[in-house]
Amino acid sequence: MKELICITCPKGCHLKVDEETFAVTGNSCPRGAVYGANELRNPVRVVTSTVVLESESFRRLPVKTDRAIPKAKMFEVMAEIAKVRVHAPVRVGDVLIANVAGTDGNVVATRSVKE
Amino acid sequence: MTKAELVIIGGGPAGLAAALSAWESGVKDILILERDRQAGGILNQCIHNGFGLHYFKEELTGPEYAGRFIEMLRGTDVRVRTDTMVLDLTADRILHTVSPEHGYEAIRAGAIVLAMGCRERTRGAISIPGARCSGVFTAGAAQRFLNIEGYMVGKRVVILGSGDIGLIMARRMTLEGAKVLACVELMPYSGGLNRNIVQCLNDFDIPLYLSHTVTDVRGKDRLEQVTVSKVDENRRPIPGTEMVFDCDTLLLSVGLLPENELSRQAGVEIDPRTNGPRVWENCETSIPGVFACGNVLHVHDLVDYVTAESMRAGEAAAKFIQAGGETGDGVELQNGDGVGYTVPQHFRRDVSDKLQIFFRVRRIYRDAFISVYDGERRIARFKREHMAPGEMENITIPAMFLKHITGGPLTVRIEED
Repeated sequence: MKELICITCPKGCHLKVDEETFAVTGNSCPRGAVYGANELRNPVRVVTSTVVLESESFRRLPVKTDRAIPKAKMFEVMAEIAKVRVHAPVRVGDVLIANVAGTDGNVVATRSVKE
Repeated sequence: MTKAELVIIGGGPAGLAAALSAWESGVKDILILERDRQAGGILNQCIHNGFGLHYFKEELTGPEYAGRFIEMLRGTDVRVRTDTMVLDLTADRILHTVSPEHGYEAIRAGAIVLAMGCRERTRGAISIPGARCSGVFTAGAAQRFLNIEGYMVGKRVVILGSGDIGLIMARRMTLEGAKVLACVELMPYSGGLNRNIVQCLNDFDIPLYLSHTVTDVRGKDRLEQVTVSKVDENRRPIPGTEMVFDCDTLLLSVGLLPENELSRQAGVEIDPRTNGPRVWENCETSIPGVFACGNVLHVHDLVDYVTAESMRAGEAAAKFIQAGGETGDGVELQNGDGVGYTVPQHFRRDVSDKLQIFFRVRRIYRDAFISVYDGERRIARFKREHMAPGEMENITIPAMFLKHITGGPLTVRIEED
């Protein structure tokens, strides 16, 4: 049994995961069961950062991966994000990098900036 | 003098939610005063995800969470005035404001919601010894530099305090290429959420030193070294346990204080336990028609809870405007064993359907009970598997349980048997 703290939400449930069957106990929602099993097989994280923004009012645009990407690829994703420059206007959800670092995840804007 | 039915001080998550709920309750003349150049408050710099699971049932980043509320308010006539400072607030609900666009302006409000949020404790507040070199930042200031202005504040970092902002910044600085050498916590437990220990420290092998503190800061112009020592059970440094870290940056995540200068100016009664206003169950302060919600009332760990509380405050402010103030007998709430404070601090006996009480425990508990006593008589009991000071607790007491109380203070305490 592997003991984990669930990071799916701020509640932080204390999970126990069976290393062979990947059965999860201690979770208080279905997302916890998915997290617990994944964390042992293929841990994933959402990466959030900022990119350079050409705009009248703001210097940086916040971004995120639109799905959790393999934990081992976090720094590779960060290196891709560091290359991006965006011109306003931009809308929340706009895709800035598709299939970032071969993860199937996209880097998207997390706020709208008009000008 | 300009007039407004409802003035909300602060356009962060608390102010935005209070405005939305007051609007939905039928108040049409609502003005939000925001000191920054944009609404959204601290969420704008909290670019990480994990917000909104309760309220939106999905995981959002801070800017997305704020954006949703700003978008919802666009469909209303709520006015948001940015770049506006409130200089003074009086007990008869007059606000003295100043802004580049309107200059000095006095505004008379039918009701007011205080939603000014909180501030970080600084180096001065915790008396760290050593040199006065540059390179010592509060975690939130560093977060603003990095996420809003686009500047890294350092390359080799030690973090004092394990509050959530410090943990989030440990990860953020690491992802941006800095080396975070240690997170140092005075208490024997973390002040932040468990999930943040896992995903911000453990993910990057950043050591967390519990029961340790910074005992020296060295550097001529810029920070060069900090000394970290273990502390005993009375939180006094133990000689001989010193560790020296070569670093250029020290981030402080050592607590938040509700910002109540304006509340105090107006004469709002402040609770020394929360450093926020003493409120009734509907978030009304000691001044009728003045309500408080969010981190100005007590420091929350989840924005979703700020939203829920602020929705109640906005609704109560609407009711005050439409139907006048609440009356009825008050009952005091006391914090008993293991409980640091309660919000609300008192409630009206004829509370409509239920009474929600928020508080923090003083230490970590496993398999314990939250009990509510009316004198010697226990009127309610709630089981909890795990409680920690870093996680706000709440209980809901149905109104029927409150029908037969004596009217003396109710006490909330933790019981381990």
